[in-house]
Amino acid sequence: MEPEKKYELINEQGLRLDNRKFDDLRPIKIDVGVLERANGSAYIEWGKNKILVAVYGPRDAHPRHLALEDRTLFRCRYHMAPFSTEERKNPAPSRREVELSKVIRESLEPVVFTELYPRTGIDVFIEVLESEGGTRCASITAASLALADAGIPIRDMVVACAAGKVNGQVVLDLSDIEDQKGDADLPVAIIPRTGEVTLLQMDGNLTREEFDKALNLAIEGCKKIYAMQKEALKKKYVEAKEDVEAEAEEAAGEADKE
Amino acid sequence: MPFLVERRQLVTPGDLIAEDDFNAGENTYQEDKRIYASRVGLANFAGRNAYVVAVKGCYMPVVGDLVIGKVVETRLGAWNVDINAPYVGVLFTSEAFGRSFNSKRDEMTSMLDTGDLIVAKIISFERTRDPMLTIREPGLGRITRGHVIKISPTKVPRLIGKKGSMITLLKRETSCQIMIGQNGYVLVSGAKPELEALAILAINTIEKNAHTTGLTDRISELIKNEKKEKGLDGT
Repeated sequence: MEPEKKYELINEQGLRLDNRKFDDLRPIKIDVGVLERANGSAYIEWGKNKILVAVYGPRDAHPRHLALEDRTLFRCRYHMAPFSTEERKNPAPSRREVELSKVIRESLEPVVFTELYPRTGIDVFIEVLESEGGTRCASITAASLALADAGIPIRDMVVACAAGKVNGQVVLDLSDIEDQKGDADLPVAIIPRTGEVTLLQMDGNLTREEFDKALNLAIEGCKKIYAMQKEALKKKYVEAKEDVEAEAEEAAGEADKE
Repeated sequence: MPFLVERRQLVTPGDLIAEDDFNAGENTYQEDKRIYASRVGLANFAGRNAYVVAVKGCYMPVVGDLVIGKVVETRLGAWNVDINAPYVGVLFTSEAFGRSFNSKRDEMTSMLDTGDLIVAKIISFERTRDPMLTIREPGLGRITRGHVIKISPTKVPRLIGKKGSMITLLKRETSCQIMIGQNGYVLVSGAKPELEALAILAINTIEKNAHTTGLTDRISELIKNEKKEKGLDGT
């Protein structure tokens, strides 16, 4: 047993444990359309988080008696794989997973045009493969892309990012250690075009001023990530287009030679 | 006034594509006097109609559409048919046998059983009920030969082409019968398995490159080259 380390969450240069400045995001990498058999899918790496999202629908809602007459039944399952954490996570849904499934669903449903598909179901499956703090924000960000990839009509993507307080200072995008040892954690999800907030939770203590600061910081972070979401959606498409255009050029070049 | 993006520009959901006196066309929605995209695709306009040609989207049944489906369940008096839509299609025996039918289960399976593929037409679809099908018209019914492949329903118009130019080309050059279901299922039936395979290759290529230009010529080239390589053109 090691003696408890004193974590210098913010050192004298104002840098955090992973050398980030107070408003730096962790490295994020997003891929869309990674699962062939799902209607839509996305994979996100955010810091050390690795999360896979699959979307099915609109399709027949099972069980039938839960189907809604005037709109689609939008369901969401957030689940952590047993190997996603250092200590094996019991595969059975924990209270935390049930809560996150609910809040994530509530953060995404407002952008879905649910009235277009009455009596059907849309299922969002979020599987956390590796967890490092901020999984709900990464999940929401990836799930929006999976919905767009599935061709489900949505008003906009939902994007999420957390801010918090560490060593008395408001910072963006808490890592696992910062979340555990810090003073507050504030995950926020927004619909970027309108600025509407669809998820807002807080863990810890913030004064009114600190709260405002953190909220604004998180929203700024969200906007940066929104640009990455659009990039990821277009990337797949643009690659295909470029391949085709390169082929066409080659073919034209060969025709010229003849 | 304006259409705010370039024609055929790739847009994502939430992108503003037009303002003021445009109407919200396919795969868009309107808020105040602004039109936004609701699906990923290429934005364009025709007259005052601003729309998005979606990259991916599910098939919504339309009355009169020709569809290809797979029987998934045999019930008393009706078959449930998977038509690649959010709703399962229902084929009543009256729309298959054409007379008042004394429903005995073995009589039903003599015509259609679970697992059969059919070409059908949608005769009714309302928000409150599952779509109803018929196989009573000529050309409809159980599929007995050929291959059925699946493409994205949004690519069906490209497969057909302007005034049927693409599909006519395919049928002629591969000597195959090709029936396109609006729901994205396509039936290919040819004299030789190699010709069927060629048609399927062409269809898959069209699907992948549906958004590009000059496709009809390129597909014509592709078929010609493949036929040459495989010795199918009689040389």
